[in-house]
Amino acid sequence: MDIEILHKLNIERENRRAVMVVTDLATGKGRLICEGDTVDGDLGAVVGKGFRSGKSGTVEIDGAELFLNVHVPAPRLVVIGAVHISQALTQMAALAGYDVKVIDPRTAFATSERFAGVDLQADWPEDVLKDAPLDAYTALAALTHDPKIDDFPLQEALRVGCFYVGALGSRKTHAKRTDRFTQAGITEVQMEKIHAPIGLNIAAATPAEIAVAVMAEIIETFRKRGMAGL
Amino acid sequence: MQVTTQNDELNIAERWVGEGKTVAIATVVETWGSAPRPVGAHLVIDGDGNFEGSVSGGCVEGAVVAEAMDVISTGKTRMLEFGVADETAWEVGLSCGGRIRVYVERLGVA
Repeated sequence: MDIEILHKLNIERENRRAVMVVTDLATGKGRLICEGDTVDGDLGAVVGKGFRSGKSGTVEIDGAELFLNVHVPAPRLVVIGAVHISQALTQMAALAGYDVKVIDPRTAFATSERFAGVDLQADWPEDVLKDAPLDAYTALAALTHDPKIDDFPLQEALRVGCFYVGALGSRKTHAKRTDRFTQAGITEVQMEKIHAPIGLNIAAATPAEIAVAVMAEIIETFRKRGMAGL
Repeated sequence: MQVTTQNDELNIAERWVGEGKTVAIATVVETWGSAPRPVGAHLVIDGDGNFEGSVSGGCVEGAVVAEAMDVISTGKTRMLEFGVADETAWEVGLSCGGRIRVYVERLGVA
């Protein structure tokens, strides 16, 4: 590996961008490919698959044995609202390997007793996200029901391209949200990325069951990202 | 899937190079059966035999470091294979019963 490739690789990883090192195992020649780069031919297909699955491995292309080492940032979950569902969701997300953060400016909800061991921020999302911005490998679940708290982080998540954006609320609530977001300049295409009503339809009834539905939807969206239209 | 941390072996390798060291990178490129470290895992080695990271649960690191010394001095890449017992030319084995293929290259030589 060339030192220049290692340097770029480390920068991309630090900035939480997916990146891949392709090494020709016969010649030792390496190449760095960032997610979103255009790669032609057979290699392009395996590169796309590699980024989606996050799996590294060897492939044979045009008689050459290539090793693809995929570096994908650890997925994160930002939960807006220190509500009952969030208490279950944070535990499930941690089990599934997600870094979790809960944001709620209402100090009555955001207490360390209710969220022991969780990264909990009792501040407005506007302030928290300034220091810890969202990115493409972050899922955002807005669960407060309160537009004053939910709207900003939802719009921010759509703007930066979070892989998952979910919002609690009925279809009626979401229709009103859509009106507000349209006025705020959110496009129709962006709006369609919001999962609302939130969670897979498993007829969940209790807060913990809703958390299961939300977590399952997040996992599905992460593992199937980039597969639309296939 | 590699999880990025601030002080992992790839960052250490870059720092070592910055300190003027010659560095080899060993990478798990293939596994069969149960293997303790996934494909893509790295072990980085400097010219003095210092190393960070792992390619197995500690079973074959010693052998990989020894091979890496040669790679550092010759600049020639090497493919190592480790398995159970003595099926391969290597005298060390993986107690877990799996097999791994480890690619060793010198950093800086394309």
